[in-house]
Amino acid sequence: MEMTYLEAIRQGIREEMTRDSGVFLLGEDIGVYGGAFKITSGLLQEFGEKRVIDTPISESAIVGAAIGASLMGLRPVAEMQFADFITCGYDQIVNFAAKCRYRWGAAVPMVIRAPSGGGIHGGPFHSQNPEAWFVHTPGLKVVAPATAPDAKGLIKSAIRDNDPVLFFEHKALYRRIKEDVPDGDFTVPIGKAAVVRQGRDLSIITYGAMVHVARESAETLEKEGISVEIVDLRTLAPLDEDTVLASVRKTSKVLLLHEDVLTGGIGGELAGRIAEKAFHDLDAPIVRVAAPDTPVPYSPPLEEAFLPNAAKVTERARWLARY
Amino acid sequence: MSAPAVLQPETDMHTDRGLALQALRYMATMREVEDRIERKLYRQGKIVGGVYVGRGQEAISVGVGLSATPDDVLCPSHRDLALFLIRGVDPRQIFAQYMGRVGGLTRGKDGNMHMGDISRRIVSIISAMAASVPVAAGAALALKYRGTQNIAYCFFGDGATSRGDWHEGLNFAAVQKLPVVYVCNNNQYAYSTPLTKQMACANVSDRAPGYGIPAEIVDGNDVFAVHRAAQRAAGHARSGAGPYLIECKTFRMTGHSAHDAAEYVPQSLWDEWKEKDPITRLEKKILEKRWAKREEIARLHAGIRQEVDAAIEWAEKSPYPDASELLDGVYERS
Ligand SMILES: Cc1ncc(C[n+]2csc(CCOP(=O)(O)OP(=O)(O)O)c2C)c(N)n1
Repeated sequence: MEMTYLEAIRQGIREEMTRDSGVFLLGEDIGVYGGAFKITSGLLQEFGEKRVIDTPISESAIVGAAIGASLMGLRPVAEMQFADFITCGYDQIVNFAAKCRYRWGAAVPMVIRAPSGGGIHGGPFHSQNPEAWFVHTPGLKVVAPATAPDAKGLIKSAIRDNDPVLFFEHKALYRRIKEDVPDGDFTVPIGKAAVVRQGRDLSIITYGAMVHVARESAETLEKEGISVEIVDLRTLAPLDEDTVLASVRKTSKVLLLHEDVLTGGIGGELAGRIAEKAFHDLDAPIVRVAAPDTPVPYSPPLEEAFLPNAAKVTERARWLARY
Repeated sequence: MSAPAVLQPETDMHTDRGLALQALRYMATMREVEDRIERKLYRQGKIVGGVYVGRGQEAISVGVGLSATPDDVLCPSHRDLALFLIRGVDPRQIFAQYMGRVGGLTRGKDGNMHMGDISRRIVSIISAMAASVPVAAGAALALKYRGTQNIAYCFFGDGATSRGDWHEGLNFAAVQKLPVVYVCNNNQYAYSTPLTKQMACANVSDRAPGYGIPAEIVDGNDVFAVHRAAQRAAGHARSGAGPYLIECKTFRMTGHSAHDAAEYVPQSLWDEWKEKDPITRLEKKILEKRWAKREEIARLHAGIRQEVDAAIEWAEKSPYPDASELLDGVYERS
């Protein structure tokens, strides 16, 4: 069925709530209001107050309570109103949730949904891409879908996963893309990247909203005779190294693309692994396209200069292709 | 009507014509500026980001702001526009801020009320609710450290008091006996969340005694009541007795933000609180006390509208920042 990215997430959540009575939701304004972005709209009416909990403005309590409930065998899905506010629950995530299994063998099967990303003129506190903070924390899984089918398939897998999963939803994709999404019990495995475009000359490794930027750039480059392969990581932790390395070995040139800022972003980690494991397959330096190391600015010309876009990717890809 | 002289905090404000007229000027300016932003410019697509206004809550920032001395530190919430006006920020700069122009206080780096000016001792909020509460404690610590008589004012909504930062900040200030005045605008909703879903106690002020902080409840739509409470609170804090909390009962007479129709608010609440509009109430009092004539009040409003028209015109002429400014200001220029 055709649906938006936003509807796909909602459908995935609804199906899991129907399938498993231990799945419940908690977050700010998610019940009566249906959430700041209306992802959970209608779910209170369908499942009742016990399973759709409107919380106080208490991210640390939301995450901590999700941990406690998951230790008791429930499957909480917590919503951060914006990914930017995840910092307010940071300790619970990186020190409590992430370390339970390693330290004392306890499973924490919970999901934290976090609307992230820029391009909506949200300014420094409603636009960030905080995924790398969590990729850096062993014990957490980090997912960032780019398409409606992946959004549904991955939210379902995240809910079923027995480890804590951070689910980054890109706000700019919510209503922008409408795609065919398989009905019924369809899941996408966590930890598996997808080659979403086959190509010969260079590989763009990316995720989230930047997959669409990469596609746009690839179309332009195609007309210039440059054949681009695109790998959509889909999961950032654990990284699907095999798919990345296979693509690098095939094209011998790689451009790493993310909307997050350059320093400390996933691109650095990918570059390290590619350099370690596929150095001899490379015909050119590894290229990174990412946001500059600044907060996300508010004013349109500044935000436009900040965000990676197809023009910036195309320019660097041309250089790489010519190298 | 000429601008009334700046009043000293120790003046008996209860019967003071000066306070009334000055408060009216700031409250009406705040209302006019925010009405234009929320109901005109936002709808015309001239403001691309979020808009949060304090309609119906103007008596709080004005009542408290007019009791502060210029060297006191202000940590506004996102509904305290008047604090900026009282500290001399021009409406032009506010419109430019909302429109992402270089004429705004953040030169387009941030939008709406996410702005500050350290030269005016206004500390910018970040978006995360209650994050300013521990920061206000630190500012107060510095004021005390330096041996000044100044204090810090920290503003927040009812919802913010659910955050851990709020509790840590209050406790720290109380233990250290820091000169902080906490001003809660209890407008009964946090986004769509009503008070009953936010806290199990009846009042925000009920939370203060647990930290050893005195607190009082005031009618947040009565600028005189707010002003008197702020003076009591400031007196306490300045005397070295530690922090003090004022809970101003009020109502958010609009959606959470410009895109929120607030259908979750029952009509009866809108009706009830419309009757208590702080500006209408103040004007009624001014007329009853014969502090000014109806025509003078009308002229005040007309003057404000003109000033606001000119401010918007100025802001629209203020350029957008050049993309080359993107990298500026992450660190001190070396
Ligand atoms: C830590 C955090 N979580 C969520 C939000 C999103 N948010 C912005 S304002 C708001 C409601 C704030 O309510 P309150 O503190 O009562 O202030 P009011 O808006 O009513 O003045 C929420 C949930 C936020 N800004 N910060």
